Amino acid sequence: MQASRHDAWVGFFVLLGGAALLFLALKAGNLLSLSFDDTYQVSARFDNIGGLKPNAAVKSAGVVIGRVESISFDDKTFQAKVVLNLHEGTLFPKDSSAKILTSGLLGEQYIGLEPGADEKNLASGDVIRQTQSAVVLENLIGQFINSKASDMGSSAAPAPASGGKP
Amino acid sequence: MMAFAARIGAGLRFTLMDVGAAARLFFALLARSPKALARFVLVREQVFYLGNRSLSIIGVSGLFVGFVLALQGYYTLQRYGSAEAVGLLVALSLVRELGPVVTALLFAGRAGTSLTAEIGLMKAGEQLTAMEMMAVDPVQRVLAPRFWGGFIAMPLLAAVFSAVGIIGGWLVAVPLIGIDSGAFWSQMQGGVDVFADVGNGVVKSLAFGVTVTFVALLQGYGCKPTPEGVSAATTRTVVLSSLAVLALDFMLTAMMFSI
Repeated sequence: MQASRHDAWVGFFVLLGGAALLFLALKAGNLLSLSFDDTYQVSARFDNIGGLKPNAAVKSAGVVIGRVESISFDDKTFQAKVVLNLHEGTLFPKDSSAKILTSGLLGEQYIGLEPGADEKNLASGDVIRQTQSAVVLENLIGQFINSKASDMGSSAAPAPASGGKP
Repeated sequence: MMAFAARIGAGLRFTLMDVGAAARLFFALLARSPKALARFVLVREQVFYLGNRSLSIIGVSGLFVGFVLALQGYYTLQRYGSAEAVGLLVALSLVRELGPVVTALLFAGRAGTSLTAEIGLMKAGEQLTAMEMMAVDPVQRVLAPRFWGGFIAMPLLAAVFSAVGIIGGWLVAVPLIGIDSGAFWSQMQGGVDVFADVGNGVVKSLAFGVTVTFVALLQGYGCKPTPEGVSAATTRTVVLSSLAVLALDFMLTAMMFSI
């Protein structure tokens, strides 16, 4: 092994580069929040998942307890099948319900799990029966317009009757 | 008409000859690399000349790019009421694009030119021929250590550039503009993926390191052994490696980040 007079400086440079990479991974990236914990898989069927994406958070009481593994379409029931990875330590009753929620008005969508009251817990491969679909803004506006229109119709209908009365 | 066709033919023939010579040099470099890497002290010397000596320009440029990104990002984002996302904007732009690309462009100007000029002058002074006369392979003794030196130095420089740039962005966003420090970092950590963003940035900088160093070595090794030849080769190094980096960046981005 030959030594060179620049060795110390080269070592310093390599250490600096390594420190910069570490900084990018830990401080700027999500290496610390990446979990390599063991998980178990459960699935749920939704009528409409809205804008839910794979790797979205699964939260209960606002705490992240898992991630969405995959989303697929089931052409037997015409529903979306969502596979969830839940952390091994968090156990939920079998009759827990899943909802698709939105953080903020236009934020990311995530799945909220609400615990049920069953004695038995969800195990790997189980299906969550009670689900609530995502709120789709267009449907909401459509319902609003419909109810407005029927309100106007019902308020317009008795008008001639009251007008007919002298 | 015939002369025109002949000119196209000659152009194609010379282009193919250049491509062939480049490929031959590249494979010669790879074939000689095990022996060159066995004498690692030569590679370490080159890491010093290419890496350490570029550190100051990379650091200062990264700091100012970070400053400007934060200022400009804040100007746009505050219109939508999401000024806190400036940390995410700075980090993603630096890690994914600007870090590797700007570092490669600066590296081409700072280190690539010196490689070309050094090897061109060695060739003009017939030092390379003298080495061959002494049965020392110039590709193994001169070119391969420089190639691996650039290959090692470039990703480290790009990482330093991105890290310093993010610190520069923090300096402008938090003390100067007054964005909350916690929101700055948490938005960044929420949006930057270690493998998809940081990892692909490192892959990019490795590819750029190979490109810039190889173009510089090729131009130096193939230049005309005259003062004009060396100066023309140095110019070509900057032009060709910058264009190659930008084109390669587009292709890599399209491949890596296509959704």
